Amino acid sequence: MTDAAPIVARHLTRRYGDFTAVDGIDFTVARGECVALLGPNGAGKTTTIRMVTGFCPLTDGSIHIFGRDIMREPREAKARMGVCPQEDNLDPDFSARKNLVVYARYFGMEGRIAGARADQLLSEMGLAEKARSAIPTLSGGMKRRLLLARALIHQPDLLVLDEPTTGLDPQARHLIWQRVRELKSRGGTMLLTTHYMDEAQHLADRAILMNQGRIVLEGRPAALIAAEAGREVVEVSRPDACVVEFVRGHGWPHEAAADRLYVYDSEGGRVASALAAKFPAMERYARPATLEDVFLRRTGRSLDAAS
Amino acid sequence: MTMRLANVSHRALQVWRRNAEVLLTTWHTNLLPPLLEPVFYVMAFGYGLGGLVEEVTWQGQRLGYLEFMAPGIVAVAVMFWAFFETSYSTFVRMRYQRTFDAMLATPLLVEDVIAGEWLWGATKSLFAGSVMTVMLACFGLVAWPSGLWVPLLAILGGMIFAAMGLIVTALSPNIESFNLPVFLLVFPMFLFGGTFFPLEQLPPWAHNAALALPLTHVCSLIRGACLGVMPPHAAASVLYLVAAVAVLGSIALRRMSRRLIP
Ligand SMILES: Nc1ncnc2c1ncn2[C@@H]1O[C@H](COP(=O)(O)OP(=O)(O)OP(=O)(O)O)[C@@H](O)[C@H]1O
Ligand SMILES: [Mg+2]
Repeated sequence: MTDAAPIVARHLTRRYGDFTAVDGIDFTVARGECVALLGPNGAGKTTTIRMVTGFCPLTDGSIHIFGRDIMREPREAKARMGVCPQEDNLDPDFSARKNLVVYARYFGMEGRIAGARADQLLSEMGLAEKARSAIPTLSGGMKRRLLLARALIHQPDLLVLDEPTTGLDPQARHLIWQRVRELKSRGGTMLLTTHYMDEAQHLADRAILMNQGRIVLEGRPAALIAAEAGREVVEVSRPDACVVEFVRGHGWPHEAAADRLYVYDSEGGRVASALAAKFPAMERYARPATLEDVFLRRTGRSLDAAS
Repeated sequence: MTMRLANVSHRALQVWRRNAEVLLTTWHTNLLPPLLEPVFYVMAFGYGLGGLVEEVTWQGQRLGYLEFMAPGIVAVAVMFWAFFETSYSTFVRMRYQRTFDAMLATPLLVEDVIAGEWLWGATKSLFAGSVMTVMLACFGLVAWPSGLWVPLLAILGGMIFAAMGLIVTALSPNIESFNLPVFLLVFPMFLFGGTFFPLEQLPPWAHNAALALPLTHVCSLIRGACLGVMPPHAAASVLYLVAAVAVLGSIALRRMSRRLIP
């Protein structure tokens, strides 16, 4: 059992009535790997996370956590996971430190060890001074860090994070990232969801892009960017018909949104210089391709295309 | 039911302990009501109403009104403390504080969480019932050692009313919707559960209806314990209450499980 993969999901399906939120997806998370689940609102990310963490019964398929079936052996599976939920569910009746200590007991940790571990985590998360503070007095960023500390209290072998940095300011985001990177460098395994493509690009070894309950793309962020968006993206605002014609004529991959044209350049510099030579007065902007371009190409640039 | 019950583990005690520790941080606000309530009742009913009411006859005993009614307020406290804990307080933990969501990301199962809350509701009955009995004993209203049965009866009654509270919580879409079950369930028991007058005063049909209420039996047994008098059909009452624990407990477990993991 010790060498079973942290997560093996097979034909994972969740239906709500007639509606299929997660539609028979397969994925694995290997030891030491950080996997990001991406996708537009309603893609099925949280539903997937909820099934992985044992909150939501599977309609079909299976999930094994280190070889333990989440439906049949939920206690054993959950004991090895640390879960950092999307919305704050810290216990408002207790102080920050007490939150950690009480949580440790749910994992069967002994009081003295739990206390020492809580103190260590509080100082690692920069919350030592807030140990005695009541939860409602903490800022959003502090609560997030405390949630992360709580998820780590029992030294889990697998960390599951649902939108760990949504709504945080840049400082707080970078602090969370720093902690996550540290965990990664120590060989920690992670499954996370995020709407920030820079976050996924930054933290994930592998990205899984979901749309409408299915996996549409999967791979290393750099490889996905190279394959789907190339090296560089040239954005043209309010392009006229001749520009579109010119781009089409060259056979460059491109996409037109409401008032903007995106031209994908696999080599970098080629499209930008050709456009500059042909339309010197035109407003354009060349930048490196990102995971966000991959995301938007695959799930549609406009909202109605995605839903 | 058997499946669900088999899922309850010793971890339920950690849920219980969490609630106990919250209570201990605010113990003064929790201790005051059961200490003062008997005093208020003794003043209002002993000196106020008691003067207007002739002696009451119960199980062949001629009792002063206060003597008759005092055990009833213990029974009512047993009901209130368990029911309001597992209705309003559990609902707040479930819905607003998301305490159970946090717990369910640990080796705890829904059954542990529900059992912990259930046990905790009964514990609040034990706490309130015991404190009030001690207070009433100070006024010379409790016979010893039969009064020692009261804590046990408080737990038994607490299990029933805590299970009722859990069922109401499981079925309530929001906290406002507690008003109806309180009005239709708790309020009638408060008035017609034998607390304030002997049920023989009621017309026969109403008397029989009152016998269906769990509080009637909790009240009768606690009255017997406090007065040192064998209550009517004591064995039948105990049997009825034990059966009610099993039936209501299994409904509570099933309904709450479905509510927590839809
Ligand atoms: N309890 C439920 N009952 C009915 N439908 C649900 C339920 N939970 C989720 N859904 C539906 O399942 C779909 C996937 O939802 P999910 O929360 O997994 O999306 P998500 O990818 O996490 O989106 P977001 O990025 O907005 O968090 C949505 O269409 C949602 O409406
Ligand atoms: Mg989500």
